[in-house]
Amino acid sequence: MSMTTILQHCLTGISLGGAYALIAIGYTLVYGILRLINFAHGDIFMMAGYFMIFALASFPWPVAIIITLVVTTVMGIGIEKFAYKPLRNAPRMSIMISAIGVSYLLQNVSTYFFTAIPRGYPELPYLKRIFQIGELSASFVTILTPILTIVLVVILMILVNKTKTGMAMRAVSKDFETAKLMGININRIVSVTFAIGSLLAGIGSILYFTDRMSVTPFSGTLPGLKCFVAAVFGGIGNIPGAVVGGFFIGIVETLLVALGYSTFSDAFTFFLLIVMLLVRPTGLFGEKNVEKV
Amino acid sequence: MKMKRNTLLTTITLALLVVFLYWLSANRMQHGMLVSVLQKGVILALVAVSMNLLNGFTGLFSLGQAGFMSIGAYTTAILIIPVKSLDGVYYMNGVHPAIRVLKMMVADSPAFVQSVFPFVALLLGGLLAALIAAFVGVAVLRLKSDYLAIATLGLSEIVRAIFSSPQFDQITNGSYGLNKIPTFPVMAWGLIPSLVTPFIVVGLCVGFILLLINSSYGRAFKAIREDEIAAEAMGINLFKHKSMSFVVSSFFSAIAGGLLAMYMRSIEAKTFSISMTYDILLIVVIGGIGSVSGSILSAFLVTAAKEWWLRFFDQPLFFGTWQVPLFRTGFRMVIFSILLMVVVLVYRKGLMGSEEFSWDRIIGRFKRTKKSEGGAR
Repeated sequence: MSMTTILQHCLTGISLGGAYALIAIGYTLVYGILRLINFAHGDIFMMAGYFMIFALASFPWPVAIIITLVVTTVMGIGIEKFAYKPLRNAPRMSIMISAIGVSYLLQNVSTYFFTAIPRGYPELPYLKRIFQIGELSASFVTILTPILTIVLVVILMILVNKTKTGMAMRAVSKDFETAKLMGININRIVSVTFAIGSLLAGIGSILYFTDRMSVTPFSGTLPGLKCFVAAVFGGIGNIPGAVVGGFFIGIVETLLVALGYSTFSDAFTFFLLIVMLLVRPTGLFGEKNVEKV
Repeated sequence: MKMKRNTLLTTITLALLVVFLYWLSANRMQHGMLVSVLQKGVILALVAVSMNLLNGFTGLFSLGQAGFMSIGAYTTAILIIPVKSLDGVYYMNGVHPAIRVLKMMVADSPAFVQSVFPFVALLLGGLLAALIAAFVGVAVLRLKSDYLAIATLGLSEIVRAIFSSPQFDQITNGSYGLNKIPTFPVMAWGLIPSLVTPFIVVGLCVGFILLLINSSYGRAFKAIREDEIAAEAMGINLFKHKSMSFVVSSFFSAIAGGLLAMYMRSIEAKTFSISMTYDILLIVVIGGIGSVSGSILSAFLVTAAKEWWLRFFDQPLFFGTWQVPLFRTGFRMVIFSILLMVVVLVYRKGLMGSEEFSWDRIIGRFKRTKKSEGGAR
C-alpha cells in the first residue's frame, strides 16, 4: 500500500470515528448517570436517519436538519420517560431488558413503517463537494465530521464543567441518592442527559449516513454496539475517553476493511472490548470504582 | 396419597402426549403447520430453558445464546450432511479434504454406527460449545452484570464473523451457508419416528437441567443470584459455580442449535444474529425469569402465535369493502415488541413468575373457585 492510500484510509477512518465518537458520548452520559446500557441508542441513531430522509423530502436542508434534531431529541426524552423511568427502582436486569425491548420495538416499528428494504439517504450537495488536498481527495463531510465532533465535545465539556446543570449532572453520576437529598431534580437531569445524548446521536447520524448512502431498520444495531465499546474503551462516564475510543475504533475498523478483513472488522471491536475489560476494566481514562457491600 | 395422585396425573399427561405425538406422526400430512410449530417450539424451549438457567437461576445476564447455538448448528450440520450432497453444498469453494474423509468413514461404517451418528454429532456440537464456554468463561465471567451482557453479545458476534469469513470457506462454506442437512433421525431402530425425536432429545435435556437446578449446585446458583458476596461468604466457590452454569447452558444451547439445523434443513451465519438472542429473551421474559415450566410454556405460545395464530396481522384484512387499517407486513412483530414492553413494564413476573408448574396448585385453584361459587350462592 502506498503512503497516499494509507492516508486516504486514515482520513475515512477519522471521519467514521467522529460519527462514532458522537454516538459514544450518548452511551457514556447515560451510563454515567443511570448505570444503564441504553441498548436503544443505536436505534435512535437509525431513526434519526429516517427522520432526515422524510424531512428532506418536503423542506430545504437547513430546516430539515433542525426538524430531524428536534424530533430525535424529543424521541430520546420520550423513551426515557416511557421505558426507563417507571423502572428506576427495579433490579438492573429489568431495566436492561426494557432497553433491549425498546430497541426491538424501534426496529420492528421502523420495519413496519419504512419496510426492510434499504432506503436511499438523500445527498446534501453542500456536504458532498469533493476537495483535493495534494493527492488526497475527500468530500466536505469527511473533513467536517472530525472538526464538528471536536467543537461539540468542547462545548459539552464547558456545559458539564461550568454550568449549574452540568454540576448537577456530575453530582447525580457520583451519587444518585445524595444528589436527590441535596435538592437536585433528578428527573430533569436525566431528561437533559437523554436530550444531549439523542441530539448528538442525531448529528452523528447525519454525518454517518451521508457517507453510507442508505438506511435500513437494522443499520443502527452494530454501530450502536461498537460505540458502546468505544465508550467502555475510553472509560465509561468519561466524555473525552468516549471521543478517543470512537476515533480509535473508527480508524482501526477502516484499516481492517482496507486490508481485506472486512468480516473481522466487527469481531475486532468485540475482541477489543473483552481484552480491555480484562486488562483495564475502567477503560483508558476511567476512575477506579470499588464495589461496596 | 397426594404424591401418588400427582405421579399418576403426570404419567397420564405424558402418556397422552406420547399418544398424541404418534398420532401426529401418522397424520403429519394434514397437520403440517401444527407439526412445524410444535417442533420449533420444543427446540426454542430448550434454548429458553438454558438461557433461564443462566439469567434466571444464576443471575448472570448473558446474551450469547445465539453464538453457542450457531456452534452447535454448524458442527452438527457439517457432520451430518451426506457424502453425496457435499459437492452440491460446497459448490463454490470445495470442501476441506478432512471432512470428506471423515464422511467416507462414517458412510462405510456398520449400520448401527450410522444410526447413532446424528446424535453423536449433536453431542459433539454441544461439547465443542461447552469447551469454548469453559475457556471464554475464565475471562468473561469476571465481569459484572451489564458488561457481561455486552461481552457475551460480542462473543456471539465474533463467532458469527468467524463462521461467515472467507478464510473458513472450505469448512463453513462462508457466507453461502450450509444446506441439504438431513432432518431429525429416527431413534431406537425406528420405534421412535423422526417427528418425535426432537421431543425426546429436548425432554432428556430439560430433565437434566431440572435435576441440576434441584441439586445442591442449583441451590448454590440461586444463592449467587440473590447475593454474590453473601454466597461467597457462605463458602460457595463463585467462579466454579458461575462457570458450571455457563458451560451447561452453552452445552444445551448448542444441542438446541443442532436440532434447529435439522429442523430448518439449511443454515447460514445470519440466522444466528443478535435478533435471535432477543427472540429467545422475549420467550424467557414472557414465561417468567426463573421458571423452567414458564419458559417451556411461553416457547410454545410465542412460537405458535408468531408462526401461526397471528399470521393474519401481516395480511390486509377486509370487512366487506372496508379495509382494516394497520394490517400489513411487519405488524405482527410490532405487536410482539409492544407485548414485550407491556410485560417488562407492567406485568414484570411474566406468565409464571419464578414459580413452577404443579398439580397441587391447579387443583387447589380449581377447588377454591368452586368453593367461592358455592359461598356466593
